Amino acid sequence: MRNKLAAISLATVFVLAVSVPLFAHHGYVQYDTDKKVTLKGTVTRWLWSNPHCLLQFDVTDDGGHAVHWIAESENPSTLSRIGWTEKSLKPGDQITLTALPVKSGNPVGRIVEVVLSNGEKLPGRVDPAHEVKSEVSPKP
Amino acid sequence: MLKHRACAVLAARRNFVAPGIVLAALLFTPLICSQTRPPDLPDRQAGGQASPPKSPTPTSLGLDGWGHPITPFAKDRKVGPAPPHDISGIWDPPGMSGNQVLGAAAAPEDGKPEHQLPYTPLGLEQLKRTKPTNGTRMVQPADTNDPVFEYGDPQGFPREDLYELRTTQILQTPQSVVLLYQFGKIWRVLWTDGREVPKDPEPRWFGYSVGKWVDDHTLVVQTSGMDERTWIDRAGRPHSADLRVEERFHRLDRDHLELTVTIDDPKMYTRPWVALDRLVFELQPPGFDIRETIWAPSEFGEYNKLIGNTPSDKDSH
Repeated sequence: MRNKLAAISLATVFVLAVSVPLFAHHGYVQYDTDKKVTLKGTVTRWLWSNPHCLLQFDVTDDGGHAVHWIAESENPSTLSRIGWTEKSLKPGDQITLTALPVKSGNPVGRIVEVVLSNGEKLPGRVDPAHEVKSEVSPKP
Repeated sequence: MLKHRACAVLAARRNFVAPGIVLAALLFTPLICSQTRPPDLPDRQAGGQASPPKSPTPTSLGLDGWGHPITPFAKDRKVGPAPPHDISGIWDPPGMSGNQVLGAAAAPEDGKPEHQLPYTPLGLEQLKRTKPTNGTRMVQPADTNDPVFEYGDPQGFPREDLYELRTTQILQTPQSVVLLYQFGKIWRVLWTDGREVPKDPEPRWFGYSVGKWVDDHTLVVQTSGMDERTWIDRAGRPHSADLRVEERFHRLDRDHLELTVTIDDPKMYTRPWVALDRLVFELQPPGFDIRETIWAPSEFGEYNKLIGNTPSDKDSH
C-alpha cells in the first residue's frame, strides 16, 4: 500500500513537473511603454535578488480595498550603482511609485522611480529605447 | 525564507513522504527559464527614433557590498599610456553595453540583412533546430530548447562573452591570464606560456584557451574544444566541434580595453564572422567590488512565481 502510494505520488509529481508553466524572464515585452502610472502605497516586501529585484506593495483603491501590486526593476548589481541597497525599502514604508504598467491590466509594473516618505528618490533603470510618453490614471 | 523553501523541496523530493509539499513546491519551482526582449527594440533603434534615456537621475552614489561608494568613471580624467603586456585590472563595459540579449552584439538576430550570418547548409539546418526566446526566431518560453534554461547547463564559451558580459576582473601570472566574469561567477584561464591548443581534446564547456602577445598592447587568444551542446549566443547560433574563437584584447590606454571576438567554424559558417566588435571596457578602481550576479534556481523560482509568468500569460501576444 505504501509503495503504491509512493508510486502514485511520483507519477503525479512527474506530470505536474512537466506541465508547470515555464519560466518567463522578460524584458519589456509585457509592459506598456507608452504609459506610466503613479501609485501611493505601503511596502509589504522588498526582494533584493536576481534576475530582477521585486517590490511588493499595497495600494488602496477607491472602494477602500487593498490591491497587491508587484513592480520589478533591474538586478542588485545594476541597482547598487544608482543608489539602491538591500535596505532601501522595508515593509511598512510609505512610497509613491511611478511605473510602466503591464499591458494586461494586472497590478504589475516596471519601476521608473520610487519616492520615499522623506522625499528621497530612488530611480529605476528604464531602457533608453523605451520612451515613456504619457501619464495615465492609476489602474489599481 | 528562500533557503528554507529550497531545503523543504529537496527533502521532500528525496523521501517522497510528503507529496503534497512536493506538489506545492513544484508549482513554484521553475523548470526552465528564459529572457525575452521586445521584438521591436532593434527597429526602434534603427528607425532613427532613438529616445534619450528616461531613467531618473540618481540622487546618491551607489554603495558596493562593503559599503564603499561606487564612483562613476570620470570621462574627463587624465588617461595615461597603456603598460606593455598588461591587461590586468577590473574592467567594466559602460552602460550595460555588454548585455547582448538579441545575440552577439556585432551580429544580433534582428532581421537586418547586414546581420545575416554566412551559414553553410548544415549551419542553417542546425540553426532551425534551436528555439531561442530572443530575436526574430523567438518562441514562447514553454517551447524553448535553450540548454541553459531547459537543463540548467552552463552557458559555456563563447556565450559567456556574448550574452551578459559585465564587469570582468583580469589577473595575470607569468604563465597565464585569468578572467573572472561577474555573470554566473565564472572563470577562465588563458594560457600564455607558449603551449598550443590541444588537438582533438575532450570537449569542455569553456574550451581550451591560449594567448599570445602580438604587440605590446594586444593579446590574441585562440579557443577550441568547446562542447557542442552549447549555443554561441542567446539567439541560438549553432557551432560544431570544429569551432575556433579568437578574442583580441587591445589595451587602448591605461583606462580603456577593447575586446573583439571572431567566430570561425567551417562546418557551420562559410567564413569567419565578427561577433563582438571592439567592445570598450573602462578600468575601475583597484578596490572595486564585483557583486555576485548568479541566477540561482531558488531566486528564479521566486521571480517566476511572483512575476515571471503572470504578465505574459494574460498578454495577447
